[in-house]
Amino acid sequence: MSVARFWRETLRRYNLGGSKCTECGKVYFPPRSVCPHCTTHRKTMGRLEPVQLSGEGEVFSYSVVHEAADGFEMQVPYVLALVRMKEGPILTAQLVDVDPKDVAIGMPVKAAFRKLKAEGAGGVIHYGYKFAPVLSPTEKVG
Amino acid sequence: MREVAILGVGQTKFGELWDRSFREIGIEAGFAALQSSKLSSRDLSALYIGNMASGTYIDQEHVAPLVLDYSGLAGHHLPSVRVEAGGASGAVALHQGYLAVASGLYDFVVVGGAEKMTDVPEERGSAIASSAVDQEWETVFGATMPGLWALIAQRHMHEHGTKREDFAQMAVLDHEHAGKNPFAHYRNKISLDAVLSSTPVASPLGMLDCAPSSDGAAAVVLGPLERARKFTDTPIKISASQIATDTMAVMHRRDVTTLDATVLAAKRAFQRSGLEPSKIQLAEVHDSYSIGGLIALEDLGFFPKGKAGGALADGGLGLGGKLVLNPSGGLKAQGQPFGAVGIAQVAEIVRQLRGEAGDRQVSGATAGLAHNVGGTGATAVVTILERVN
Amino acid sequence: MSGGLSAPTLGKHSGETVGIVSYGTYIPRFRITPDEIGRVWGADGVGMGKNLNIVRKSVPAPDEDTITISTEALRVAIARGGVDPKDFGAVYVGSESHPYAVKPTATVVAQAVGSTPDITAADFEFACKAGTAAIQTCIGLVASGMVRYGVAIGSDTSQGAPGDALEYSASAGGAAYIIGRENVIARIDGTASFTTDTPDFWRREGQRYPTHAGRFTGEPAYFRHVTECAKRIMHRMSTKPEDYQHVVFHQPNGKFPQRAGKLLGFSEEQMKYGLVTPWIGNTYSGAALIGLANVLDHARPSERVLVVGYGSGAGSDAFDITVTDAITQLDRSVGTPVEHSLQNGVNLTYAVYAKFRGKIRLPGED
Repeated sequence: MSVARFWRETLRRYNLGGSKCTECGKVYFPPRSVCPHCTTHRKTMGRLEPVQLSGEGEVFSYSVVHEAADGFEMQVPYVLALVRMKEGPILTAQLVDVDPKDVAIGMPVKAAFRKLKAEGAGGVIHYGYKFAPVLSPTEKVG
Repeated sequence: MREVAILGVGQTKFGELWDRSFREIGIEAGFAALQSSKLSSRDLSALYIGNMASGTYIDQEHVAPLVLDYSGLAGHHLPSVRVEAGGASGAVALHQGYLAVASGLYDFVVVGGAEKMTDVPEERGSAIASSAVDQEWETVFGATMPGLWALIAQRHMHEHGTKREDFAQMAVLDHEHAGKNPFAHYRNKISLDAVLSSTPVASPLGMLDCAPSSDGAAAVVLGPLERARKFTDTPIKISASQIATDTMAVMHRRDVTTLDATVLAAKRAFQRSGLEPSKIQLAEVHDSYSIGGLIALEDLGFFPKGKAGGALADGGLGLGGKLVLNPSGGLKAQGQPFGAVGIAQVAEIVRQLRGEAGDRQVSGATAGLAHNVGGTGATAVVTILERVN
Repeated sequence: MSGGLSAPTLGKHSGETVGIVSYGTYIPRFRITPDEIGRVWGADGVGMGKNLNIVRKSVPAPDEDTITISTEALRVAIARGGVDPKDFGAVYVGSESHPYAVKPTATVVAQAVGSTPDITAADFEFACKAGTAAIQTCIGLVASGMVRYGVAIGSDTSQGAPGDALEYSASAGGAAYIIGRENVIARIDGTASFTTDTPDFWRREGQRYPTHAGRFTGEPAYFRHVTECAKRIMHRMSTKPEDYQHVVFHQPNGKFPQRAGKLLGFSEEQMKYGLVTPWIGNTYSGAALIGLANVLDHARPSERVLVVGYGSGAGSDAFDITVTDAITQLDRSVGTPVEHSLQNGVNLTYAVYAKFRGKIRLPGED
């Protein structure tokens, strides 16, 4: 993905900036310019306001990915999930800091800031949200 | 609006066609379709070609005139149009041809579908395949095509009690049928255990839940039903060709376990054709991933939500059953050259309705349904075909 | 004593309180033991661990780096302190493992916490003391009134060459400090530095792993700078070791800070919370600052803390800190307490560690 193409979305990808319909109150992520929910959706054009998501949510569905997406090869196996945010919208993101066998639908998670991928060894590094279990790891060591 | 008939069908073998180029397979399918009718290329008004990603698979855009040219028809200066709708490119191209003939603008058109997928390394191929889903909000975050279908599968298991074995059965059935299809990419039988223990790709999906990358092309010749008898003894009527769409990303769906695009396309198609699911004897459904086939059975109206798993597990969807599922072997076993899939599904149903399907003939078939999906369900096309007596 | 940063510009003398408004840390979840590392190289890992006083070290996940660690640490600090990131005037990130050789870490961090664009930002590099240097810079900006809040972060994902002694200690983690004058939970009453040109450890441009000068890193480097700096700040503040409830030293391993403390006359009790390296390894720019965070996690109002950082090359920065009543108002339950990271984690095999640390290269990588 080109530098500019990723860069223009960094505010959303770094910090979970969504949008909220001023007519019906529904929250969207990524932000939308028209509300798909309002039956008079034409009226909502330009009437959605930015809203900051809390980063809190729960696992809605998940998969342990063994054949990586382009640029994610070093992370396999990784957990891909649909995460339903407290504010309503569902996001597609990786789960981190969790053993794949411990993932379950309904598990509470919170946003984490991680490297998504790099454009090769010399290219730009893309950062963004992933999700980690809310409960801190309880694995005792040593 | 005129009724539209299919006058001829043709297709190449699907598979890893190392010695065949994009243009060669496109031409082969087109000529085979023409030859299965009594139409001459001089009778044609236009060509439509469904193709998802020639620009990335073979660095070649603008393939519609290219295929026409190498078919020897450049001198006819016919309109030639490429149609793209992800994995549903074929059926959406068919829809365009159908509209053109139905409207009376054109009389006879060829609608082809082709994809040359093996000219890129496998990892590159996977990235290209995933270009049919949201690049900004899905793949950037690590989603793959099988990963997204796996999210659908996991949620379906959670909400509807579907078992891993249920959709694995889809792949078993496909391979069973493909053994009888000379065009098929994979003609070997596979066991349920083989699917369950296949190399994990994106849990719960394993390698054998996933349709392959295939090279291949298929084509059909369309014309007005009222003039069809002149060109074929067994015209097959397009009783409905309906497209519906949905959100691009799985995460935004009303219900992650349902492809509303399929539900709506099917509803409109049944309405248009005056048929209902019980009148369909064979269906070619889009099972790029086994779970997709299971969900299609529900969304098309063949089984209530949550019941397709049991039906697959019980068997009875094979040859000899009341509803024969994917007699061609489906995407899993016949193969998955993206742009060709939707046309090949229709070609199979035409062969079946004409009684030309050989060992895999569904006896007495009078009505069949084809279901073609783009991405993870942002586009769905349902085509209903009937034998004309 | 002349030159350098001196105490009278700060705190009790000017009547202006400058200090820590909030703080946060981030320590990755994974660990590896010296035993496991030694196993791969046919070395006595257990003995090495004992010599270095390192039980285990933290390992970053493959998708973690100085930018992500800094961001996570700062987000904890913001949440704890209830500070609006738009009120930050400066964000400085000190590290010796900035992901880019050219292109700042600080801009990503500032953007990720929502501080941009009305802010100044920069990356600091001074081996392991880049974070304390950033704190000094923030003190200056805040004390002068140039900014309302300044953010100083020390964070690293350091690497030792495979098989090298450093591999047993080099780990990952970071701490973020919001420096300001309002609702200060710990006053910084004085700071001092001691700096010379002493090449004990370096990494040349384009080199993957740092080089160290063996035993030269001890006496003329770490010990000289740490003890001289500590003496200077205590002289300026007119304090003695017993005036402090807590002391924190830079901790490249578990042994050096213990010895420095002993040399200066501090007890083990004073070092109890400030010493974290034995359980998470040397987090480089994060090391002293995570030690300080652990102290603050446990500290009570009016307790006094001496912090002495060290960076190879070489220099030490020291701070005289006094915890205020406001620390009881800080929501220390937000984020993960340092203590938790000292006791918990997921042990890795060397094979997975090598994969996580990019020691296994994919086709197309350099």
